[in-house]
Amino acid sequence: MSAPLPANARGLAVSPVSFQVPPPVEAEVDELISHYPQKRSASLMVLHELQEHFGCISKEAIEWTAAKLGLQAINVYEVVTFYPMFRQDPVGKHQLKVCRTLSCALGGAYQLRDYLCQKLGLDPHAHGIQTTKDKKFSVEFVECLASCGTAPVMMCNGDFYEGVSLEKADEIVAKCP
Amino acid sequence: MPQEYRLILKHADAPGYTRDIECYLRQGGYEDLKKALALQPKVWPDGKTMGGPEQIRDEVLKSGLRGRGGAGFSCGLKWSFVDRKSGKPIYLICNADESEPGTFKDKQIIYKDPHQLLEGMIISCYANDVHLAYIYIRGEFVEGARILKQALAEARARNFLGKNILGGGYDLEMYIHRGAGAYICGEETGLIESLEGKRAYPRIKPPYFPAVLGLYMCPTIVNNVETLCAVKHIVAMGGAEFAKLGTPNNTGTRIVSISGHVKRPGYYEVEVGKATLGELINDPIFGGGLRDGRQLKAIIPGGSSAKVFKAGEKFKLKRKGPDGQMATVEVDLLDLPYDFDSLQQAGSMSGSGAIIVMDDTTDIVEALANVAEFYAHESCGQCTPCREGSLWMSKALHRLTHGHGRKQDADYLLRIAQNIQGRTICAFGEACSWPVLSFVNKFKDEFEARGAADEARNMVKGAGPMKDLKIAASLDH
Repeated sequence: MSAPLPANARGLAVSPVSFQVPPPVEAEVDELISHYPQKRSASLMVLHELQEHFGCISKEAIEWTAAKLGLQAINVYEVVTFYPMFRQDPVGKHQLKVCRTLSCALGGAYQLRDYLCQKLGLDPHAHGIQTTKDKKFSVEFVECLASCGTAPVMMCNGDFYEGVSLEKADEIVAKCP
Repeated sequence: MPQEYRLILKHADAPGYTRDIECYLRQGGYEDLKKALALQPKVWPDGKTMGGPEQIRDEVLKSGLRGRGGAGFSCGLKWSFVDRKSGKPIYLICNADESEPGTFKDKQIIYKDPHQLLEGMIISCYANDVHLAYIYIRGEFVEGARILKQALAEARARNFLGKNILGGGYDLEMYIHRGAGAYICGEETGLIESLEGKRAYPRIKPPYFPAVLGLYMCPTIVNNVETLCAVKHIVAMGGAEFAKLGTPNNTGTRIVSISGHVKRPGYYEVEVGKATLGELINDPIFGGGLRDGRQLKAIIPGGSSAKVFKAGEKFKLKRKGPDGQMATVEVDLLDLPYDFDSLQQAGSMSGSGAIIVMDDTTDIVEALANVAEFYAHESCGQCTPCREGSLWMSKALHRLTHGHGRKQDADYLLRIAQNIQGRTICAFGEACSWPVLSFVNKFKDEFEARGAADEARNMVKGAGPMKDLKIAASLDH
């Protein structure tokens, strides 16, 4: 759980030196904003873009987004906290997301997550996202990934893997640089 | 003997078929869009004229197409509710949030045949005088969003999108909007809020019917991926011809997603109502039956929100007899035609067309605990009965599956569920309470036995260790 935003977070005047959005990323953000008649609509897409670049969404990123979209920081913060895909804390270099929901559970998703946790030295009984000490992997359960016919399924970063046997899980992990 | 009828998935899995526009054009792609744009105004004997867009809307109404996202509402009627006199722009949003557990049909279209979706959307936009449209795709479809972005660029380059499309004077822009992992965005007003850049809190109806007060408080159409693809085929073959597919009031084809304990889980496109639930599960060309030596225990027929069926159930359905009179007939669970109306009459729904099969190795209490955890996680938190109730139900089921149950938990669960349904802004209240009501009512002995066993064991000092979670027997199908 992250600490709440500082009291001075009003989204306008704050421009921390440490937070720089590279010009190509900002150009993409501007392009995304141009897709909507109202700037606020772009908030999810902008946050995706920033998360992709920075790995997670910091307070500074929230303030930057708010300023960009002409919003208060709280308007962006409430979006970040609502949607499960947005992260406020850094996670491992490779994110392993195992589908937890019924069809995958019937197909062995719990065994798969247990196996991944044990293999990577994480606690299979812990709740929520876990990251290895070397920050290389994060493992978490997520809800239905819409590939129920090939259970169990998992994602490694943006890639889908279907019908993941324990051997296949080994291969997926081994492939991660 | 029912067969697959591939209309929408005709090319998707064909050998050598690729998702680029050249391949799509080689298969006659965008010809239906050209046909739609070229429709000439019709003049009726009474002097009234009907423009091209209006003719398309009329064909869609005649086709009897019902929404493929879950509610099964008439697409033509939905379009007819759109406020066309307000002077405000009309928006169209494709709901590609596919997130109902058990459903994986839209993904096939998006990943394998994206231009079919775009063509269906462009035609639907033209028919409804829409000049700006969005595809709301779930965040986890990272590659899907990339594929659609590429497809949009290809379509734009060929002037199927943009200004003055194919010289017909019609302008349309279309963009991708990615969700970020929230199930509630599949609810159309929640989706609209999310597209406005906010939390996906569904809006209360009335007054916020999207057809009148949707995106930016303008008239808005929200249609499922498969529904929009069907529109393309309605333009191609005509509404009357489309209505000949399937069964009366359940027209066209439908992609059914089958998962769980069958030999051949997968997606199968069939004429609506032409195959029974039993055929879809057991036929060698569909689900292929249960794994060897296993017996059927339960079926969730339309995504995890649908009420569960217990093996061996019988239903009384109203049917038109040979003499034209309505008669009540008794139908076995596996003989239920897989269509909107039969499943509704049997007390459940075909929802998003997702069948989840559970065999006798399934621990039914664990299965419900799994589903309840999903809903507890996904409740948007706006309405108290749903926010609190979904969590209470999940906690009670967690207790039952971790050795701390009580015999009265079955009734406790029913009471909570009954107090959620009908008391929330959106249908999520029903979606989270229906599984609990149906599982507990139909398998009450198992829930009570589990609670009673826990009580008996916990009476003894120094009770045994907690049970491990094990919902299925093995990894291999």
